[in-house]
Amino acid sequence: MGSRFNGVLIFIALTALLVGMSVFTVDEREHAVKFQLGEIVRSDYMPGLHFKWPFLQRVYKFPNTILNFEDSEERFLTGEQKNLLVDYFVTWRVVDPEQYYVSVQGDEQAAVLRLAAVVREGIKAAVSRRDLQEVVAADRSELMNEMLVELRSKSPEFGIEVVDVRLKRIDLENEVSESVYERMRAERRLDAETIRAEGNREAVQIRATAEREQTVILSNARRDAETIRGEGDAMASQIYATAYSEDRDFYSFYRTMQAYRQSIGGSQDVLVLQPDSEFFRYLQNQFGTEATGN
Amino acid sequence: MAWDDGNNKDPWKSRGNQGPADLDAIVRELQRKIRGLFGGGSRPRDVEDRGPGGGIGSNVVLVVLLGLVGLWSLTGFYIVDEAERAVVLRFGKYTQVTQAGLRWHLPMPIEKVVTINTQEVVAWPYQGSMLTRDENIIVINLEVQYVRTNPEQFLFSMADPEETLQDVTASAIREIVGKNDLAYILTEGRLSIADQALQLIQTTLDNYGAGIEVILLPMDTAQYPDPVQASVQDVVKAREDRERLVADANTYASQLVPAAVGQASREILDAEGYRSRVIADAEGESRRFSQILAEYQNAPAVTRERIFIETLEAVLANSTKVLIDTEGGNNLLYLPLDQLVRRAPTDSAQPVGVTSLPASGFEASGADRPAAASGGRR
Repeated sequence: MGSRFNGVLIFIALTALLVGMSVFTVDEREHAVKFQLGEIVRSDYMPGLHFKWPFLQRVYKFPNTILNFEDSEERFLTGEQKNLLVDYFVTWRVVDPEQYYVSVQGDEQAAVLRLAAVVREGIKAAVSRRDLQEVVAADRSELMNEMLVELRSKSPEFGIEVVDVRLKRIDLENEVSESVYERMRAERRLDAETIRAEGNREAVQIRATAEREQTVILSNARRDAETIRGEGDAMASQIYATAYSEDRDFYSFYRTMQAYRQSIGGSQDVLVLQPDSEFFRYLQNQFGTEATGN
Repeated sequence: MAWDDGNNKDPWKSRGNQGPADLDAIVRELQRKIRGLFGGGSRPRDVEDRGPGGGIGSNVVLVVLLGLVGLWSLTGFYIVDEAERAVVLRFGKYTQVTQAGLRWHLPMPIEKVVTINTQEVVAWPYQGSMLTRDENIIVINLEVQYVRTNPEQFLFSMADPEETLQDVTASAIREIVGKNDLAYILTEGRLSIADQALQLIQTTLDNYGAGIEVILLPMDTAQYPDPVQASVQDVVKAREDRERLVADANTYASQLVPAAVGQASREILDAEGYRSRVIADAEGESRRFSQILAEYQNAPAVTRERIFIETLEAVLANSTKVLIDTEGGNNLLYLPLDQLVRRAPTDSAQPVGVTSLPASGFEASGADRPAAASGGRR
């Protein structure tokens, strides 16, 4: 009984081993190439389970998804001899696994290196035809398309298809960046000073407007005040004139007498008189005659 | 199906033909044993033929084998979360996408399941300084928020869609920023920049068939690079300075104008006061004059003389007087005028004014006189 049982087990194990060696799966994400004694016999496998002769045939698998390769930044010269730091990434996929195996032995690194060399050449040429502004600004997609066309023309040699090339960073070198910062600072300074000057202008205008208003108000007021004073003076003159013109002679006398009282006769005044006036006539004699005898 | 993919080298068939003759017998025996196991006593003779020992041993082996198969098939159960979708691969070939719930797949070497969260919003930040069209440098902070909408595409089309998304984002935002001027990006363009970048990222991803949908691209900050920040702050300060200068000026103006208005109305009021006073004075004096005139007209000579004498009396009463009778013929008269003037204040013991004059009819009214008349006195 023991030997038969063992025999069954051995048979099962052998069968499993043989089956394991003669089937292989191909994933949705893979290309498979079947080699028979070093010669490619088939490479157009669909995903699923497939068979091969054990020992005689072997299978290599390559990814068929889109792969992403990004390069470290490189220095490129623009048309006006400015240094630009550019990095980029390339998306690509294996479309012809046979060719891919033949040209790069299915080594992704090798494929990427050859791709990178082509892309760098492409960028170098494209950048050198443009000046900085064109590279940075509107031209970017055009530049990328240009390289894409060139890459696509060369990539079938490796059995791959380049899906897309995109530039990532396009930066100035550090020293140049520093001078850009300096320029930006200068522009900000200009802004700041313009704003301050604007503030000064506004402030001075406001002050001047206020002062003008003050002047206008005050001078209008003075004008009105003088007018009013004039009215008063005119009224007064009219009143005086009306009253005094009733008897001009008496007014003259009366007013002169008033003026005497106001202007002379103060205690500090010294009057040197000849006593021959009407007032002093009684100093000569009791009748006051011959007062002015001489 | 992979089983009959036209290779015409079916290993089962070929092995059946080429295998050793014994194998057929063993297989047949195995089949009989299985039947025996399930059929129970329906074919007891078979069991007896083989002998009791072998039958019992085979049964144990079969039970163990079936148990193993059972356990094996149990490993095919899997749970798909509500937010997830599961992609089923049979020998690497895509068969279906399953929805949420408890599911079963053919166990491990045959079918494989990859679950992908299709609802979760994944977010990661991106920061970078980049060139604008006008050759300025700007620092952008943004966040990419995306959902893996299509599990099949997400799984099969790209080796690493999420890493590629980062590269695509970097490329897209730089491309869009490079097409615009600094001032525009910093101010009204911010939303539109983010929107354009999102469109570009999505277009690129769709081109790759990445199965990712970028739902939001919030741009947290778009700002000047650090080396320029101090100057930018100074601009902010300058704006405040301007506000302050204007506010100061407005304060000054708001004080000046009302003060002027006040002063103006004061001048007007002063003038009106003056007018009233001048007119009142004129009326008063006119009336006084008219009344004296009336008396004068009654007795002109007497009144005139009286006024004359009273005036001279008043004038001469207070002042220092020197009477010189020139008839004496002595022309060389020395008058120490300066001494007279100096002495004068002490002499005037009596009031300086003329109020002490007894005459009532004609009295100078110095205090009441208009300004023109009083100007002569100190």
